[in-house]
Amino acid sequence: MSDKISGSEILIRSLIDQGVDQVFGYPGGSIMPVYNALYDYTDRIRHYLARHEQGAIHAAEGFARVSGKTGVVIATSGPGAMNLLTGLNDALMDSTPIVAVTGQVGSAFLGKDAFQESDVISTVLPITKWAIQVRRAEDISAAVARAFYIANSGRPGPVVIDLSKDAQTGMAEYHVERCNFIRSYDPDPEISAEALAEAAEILNSAKSPMILSGHGVAISGAEPQLQELAEKADIPVGCTMLGLSTLPTDHRLNVGMLGMHGNLGPNINTNKADVILAVGMRFDDRVTGDVKKYAPNARIIHIDIDSSEFDKTVKSGLHIHGDARKALSALLPLIGECKRTEWVESFDRHHRVELERVNDREINASTPDGKMLMGEVISKVSKAFGDDAILVTDVGQNQMFSVKYFAFKSPRSVVSSGGLGTMGFGLPAAIGAKIAKPERDVVLFVGDGGLQMTEQELGMIMEYNVKVKIVLLNNNFLGNVRQWQHLFFNSRYSATPMLNPDFKMIASAYGIAARDVAHRDELDDAIREMHDTDGAFLLNVNIDETDMVFPMTPGGCGVDEILLNEHEWYKPV
Amino acid sequence: MEEKLYTISVFTENNVGLLHQISMIFSRRCLNIESLAVCACSIDGVHKFTITCRSNRAMMEHVVKQIEKRVDVLKAFLNTDDEIVFQEVALYKVPTEGVLHSDIEEIVRVNGARVLEIQPEYTIFEKTGHTDEVTQLLEKLKPLGLRQFVRSGRVAVTKATMELLDEYLERQRKRKDRLDACSES
Repeated sequence: MSDKISGSEILIRSLIDQGVDQVFGYPGGSIMPVYNALYDYTDRIRHYLARHEQGAIHAAEGFARVSGKTGVVIATSGPGAMNLLTGLNDALMDSTPIVAVTGQVGSAFLGKDAFQESDVISTVLPITKWAIQVRRAEDISAAVARAFYIANSGRPGPVVIDLSKDAQTGMAEYHVERCNFIRSYDPDPEISAEALAEAAEILNSAKSPMILSGHGVAISGAEPQLQELAEKADIPVGCTMLGLSTLPTDHRLNVGMLGMHGNLGPNINTNKADVILAVGMRFDDRVTGDVKKYAPNARIIHIDIDSSEFDKTVKSGLHIHGDARKALSALLPLIGECKRTEWVESFDRHHRVELERVNDREINASTPDGKMLMGEVISKVSKAFGDDAILVTDVGQNQMFSVKYFAFKSPRSVVSSGGLGTMGFGLPAAIGAKIAKPERDVVLFVGDGGLQMTEQELGMIMEYNVKVKIVLLNNNFLGNVRQWQHLFFNSRYSATPMLNPDFKMIASAYGIAARDVAHRDELDDAIREMHDTDGAFLLNVNIDETDMVFPMTPGGCGVDEILLNEHEWYKPV
Repeated sequence: MEEKLYTISVFTENNVGLLHQISMIFSRRCLNIESLAVCACSIDGVHKFTITCRSNRAMMEHVVKQIEKRVDVLKAFLNTDDEIVFQEVALYKVPTEGVLHSDIEEIVRVNGARVLEIQPEYTIFEKTGHTDEVTQLLEKLKPLGLRQFVRSGRVAVTKATMELLDEYLERQRKRKDRLDACSES
């Protein structure tokens, strides 16, 4: 007699065999058999009930981003699946490994507009790395193995398994499936020795080279190799936003962030460099500014696992197709030791100007009404946590200020929605990050707009005692749009002022400790209270709405055309 | 940049939804697919899409890379007309009455067409050739009272002596052997 079990139980056992012990999700009609099976495995899989499917998938993203493991989210058919779309697209843009299991109506009902039926596969194909509909119980374990292999190999991304109700209730034998090969897919291409040799030659003869470190460095765990290479050849490293914690902030060769709201040094010197080694980054338009004015003097060496990124926006002279860690490891012995004191110091000059002309007014602010600026709050919070917390941000000014004023010591410490710029990402992502790394401090900076997009996830914090620190940078405005309206739309604040609720009361309703900080005088004490509280905390900080993010390269400008403030362009001497 | 007609050949696994996965890469960029032919190819389980599209080279190269990035796509190739041998096939349905009053011999001989069926009511011609040749015959048959006309998408094979798909499959086969050896040891 064969030991047949239900498709739903096969799914759960397949997940366990993939090493999954924590999932995020939300039940509903067409996924009930799966939840019924899950009920027998609660000792092996912990399920976190979100308050909205979007919250569940952002939490899974936060979990995946800090752990490197595949985040798992479960949702029902129709609206459940559709509520995952933003998160799927976000995960695709930011190369985040996600396996999303969606319920689907019975296969006999497919295509007949059944209750809660959505054409999930057609809908998600453009925003996933791979998607499959499974209609038979016996096909589930192989689909799961394939899904996990695809999601977390090569350039990671989101995968959807759409599971029809009859697949969930059908009976089949369970066999453990493994997948490490797909004929049409090569996630680990052999790195060309010739390309490496050529790269070494270019780098060894460079006078003013720069390394651009992206998310791919973190994904492949190439931080040690990156640091070693930079130190050996004395090459300054500029980071993309998602590459920020690939080198400690205070490392002498970490010259800061690239792009629109990046630091002066790396942006100015991008256009001075004679060689650029770009690792695991994709020359996003927020990084390059006007591509026609980008890095005019540089030979660009581009290392990436995804060959479709080569020459997509910026032409590079040399492509190294492969895993960043393997490529940098192979490159290291070919690189000669070197000292480039003058070149490295040229970044410091810009850095000093930035400290004096931009940071100082932000950090040592003295607004008469005591309203605070984002930069001062963020840098104080960063210090309070020893400059070694995991930073999670929402999207907007809170994000740009955070990545500028927060400091990092350890890898995989920045979780932010980079490519898609998803408001509402922050709170659930912070919850997922804390669940993945309970031993580390997780600090979320979020605006009043973004918080209210996924505010209901405070319920997860309450229910699962997730000890995240939430710093609400509250200016009663959609601040980033306000900034652009001020700079480029004649200060016409269309639909950006917001009448907000009492956030402290909202936190209290969820049993979360909270404190309003109305005046600068209370800030230090409030941060201390947040830090010392054993548990989640919401700090509602009264922010001056006129605060704007600088430096800034406005749209259409080159990376070296930078505003120091509203009125003044940076003119390097 | 100069626009011209490119032929893209895509080799895929025979899975549901591949057409959507490929076509969405064109529609996302507002590119019009001029013609499309899909069929099983000579290798078991592998399907071939032959797509023509009018655009510039940089755009087409990027489209091809993004198609190839899809997990179920084995390989995709970009070719210009001089690198391939290509054909399309067309069928023409014309009233037999009209045909009888024309120079049928010239139609068949000069245009390299074939007659597939003759009925008292209608006659069906078939022609294979390049787009302009098929169109030429169409113009000749219109005055006879053409009733139906259909042409296929382009099918094409490359002139190159290297069979790049075979090479890819061979490389992947070796990769699998290595992986299998690793997991056994």
